[in-house]
Amino acid sequence: MTALVLLEIEHGEVRQASRSAVAAASRFGDVDVIVLGEGAEAAARLPGVRNVLSAASLTHDLAEPAAALLAAHASEYSHVVAAASAGGKNILPRLAGLLDVQPIPEVVEIKDENTFVRPIYAGNALATVRSSDTIKVLTIRGSSFDPVSKEGGSATIQTLNAPATEDSSRFVRVELSKSDRPELESARVVVSGGKGMKDAEHFKLLEPLADKLGAAIGASRAAVDSGFAPNEMQVGQTGKIVAPELYIALGLSGAIQHLAGMKDSRVIVAINMDPEAPIFRVADYGIVGDLFTILPELEKAL
Amino acid sequence: MTMKVLVPVKRVVDYNVKVRVAADGSGVETQGVKMSMNPFDEIAIEEAVRLREKGAATEVVAVSIGVQASQDTLRTALAMGADRAILIRTNETLEPLAVAGLLKIIVEREAPGLVCMGKQAIDDDMNATGQILAAKLGWPQGTFASAVTIADGRAEIAREIDGGTEVISLALPAVVTADLRLNEPRYASLPNIMKARKKPLETLDAADLGVDLAPRLTIVSVAEPAERKEGVKLNSAAELVEKLKTEAKVI
Repeated sequence: MTALVLLEIEHGEVRQASRSAVAAASRFGDVDVIVLGEGAEAAARLPGVRNVLSAASLTHDLAEPAAALLAAHASEYSHVVAAASAGGKNILPRLAGLLDVQPIPEVVEIKDENTFVRPIYAGNALATVRSSDTIKVLTIRGSSFDPVSKEGGSATIQTLNAPATEDSSRFVRVELSKSDRPELESARVVVSGGKGMKDAEHFKLLEPLADKLGAAIGASRAAVDSGFAPNEMQVGQTGKIVAPELYIALGLSGAIQHLAGMKDSRVIVAINMDPEAPIFRVADYGIVGDLFTILPELEKAL
Repeated sequence: MTMKVLVPVKRVVDYNVKVRVAADGSGVETQGVKMSMNPFDEIAIEEAVRLREKGAATEVVAVSIGVQASQDTLRTALAMGADRAILIRTNETLEPLAVAGLLKIIVEREAPGLVCMGKQAIDDDMNATGQILAAKLGWPQGTFASAVTIADGRAEIAREIDGGTEVISLALPAVVTADLRLNEPRYASLPNIMKARKKPLETLDAADLGVDLAPRLTIVSVAEPAERKEGVKLNSAAELVEKLKTEAKVI
C-alpha cells in the first residue's frame, strides 16, 4: 500500500501539521507527497518520503484545481492524507466527492489501514470507524501524531502538469496576520485569554507573559467575538485544536466548545475569578482570583 | 434576475448539552435530549435571508434530511425568514456523502444560484458535506466564509484560513459554507413563528430518491475520552511557577 500526502508549505518550509500527516501516513506503507506551488525541495528532504509530486504552476490553494489534480492521481494510492488544517479541510472532502468516497476527518489514532479513531460531539466522545472505501481520504489532527523531522530524506521530485485553472474560482487576495510568535497549533506553550481580559487593550497584557514563555497566544470564541483578538487565534471546536505541553487559560470560563480545542494539552493552568468556572474541571493547576493582579505576579515569578 | 438560495439545515443535539456516551458503546445518548438547529446552519439561513433582503436573492428554500421531527428545525428556518421548506425523511443516520447525494437531487430540481450551508455540524464534526456537494455538482466552493458579496453573476467570498483571511471570487452557481463570523443570526419573533406555520413544507422520502445511502463507515465503538486527573488549587503565582518548574517540569 502507498499513501499520498498533500503538504502545505509556509515560508519555504513544510508546515509542522503536514509533517505530522507524513508520520501518520507512513503507517500505511510507502509515502509519496504532493506539493502545490513552490516547496518541492523542502518536501524532498522529509525523511521517509519516496516521491515528491510537484505542481509548481498551482500558485494558490484553490480547492477546485487542487482536488482535480489529486483525483487524477488518487487511483494509484490506498490512502490520501492531509493535515486537518483549513487547507486540508477545504480540499480533501472535495476530493472525496470526486472519488465518491466518505472522507474521514480529524483522525487522532490509526488502528489499522481501514480503522480510525476520531472525536465527535466537540471531543466529548471518540468514535472508532472502519471504512469500506477502496481509497481512504483522511485528514489527521496534527497534535495527535509526532511530526517527522524536516531533514534527512532525499526523495525524487516529479513534475506534474497541473490542470488548467478554470475561471469558476479565482484567487483575489490574502491578508495574513503578521506574528513572530510560534504557530498556535505547534507551539510548546499556549497562553490563552477569554472574555475576562475585558477589552482588546487588556488582552495585550498577555504578550509579555507569552514572550517570557516563548508561547503562542490563543483566545476563546467570546474574546474573538468581542474583538479582543483576531479570528485565527480562536481555540476550540470550530477554531484551532491545540495540545501543547502547557496551556495557560486566563479569564476564560471553559465552555464545551473551547475545551474541545485544548483539553489534550499535557498541563493546563487556569486563572479565573469564578471558582465554579468549568475550566477548573480540566485544569491541573488553578488559581481563583483577579487575573489583572495575578498576571504581573506571574511574570515576576518567571 | 431571480436567484434562489438553497439552505440545508440539520437537527442536532443542542450545543449546550454535555452529551453522554451510551453504556453499550454504540453511540451517544440522544433520547430525551434537547435538539436544535445546528448553529452554523442558523448562520447560513441568516445569510440567505439577508441576501434576499438586499435584493441579491429572490427566494430562500430550506431543506433538511432526517427524522420526521426535523420539520421543527425547518419551521425554525421558516420563522427566521425562509420562504418554503423541504424535508427529506429518513430514520437512518446518514454520512455526508449520502447527504450530499440527496442534496444534489434537490439542487437539480430546484436549480438554486447558491447553496449556502454551515461549515460543519456540531454532532459528527465532519466539515465535509458542502465540499462533497460542490464536487458532485462540479460547482466552485467557498468554504469557511466570513463575508459573502454577490455581484455580476459571481460571489466574492472572504474565507477564514489558518493565518488570516483569503478572498476568492466564484462564478455562480456555487456552494458556500458559513463560518461563525459570517453574521449574527436573528431570533425568530413570535409573529414570525406563527406565520411560519402557514408556509409550505414539502415532505419526500429519502428512499425514493434513487441515491445510495449505505454508510461507508461502520461504527466499531464510541467511547468516552480519558478523564483528566483532578487538579489542585493554588494560592499564588509564585506557587504556580514553582509547581510548573519542579512538579510538572514544563518550564
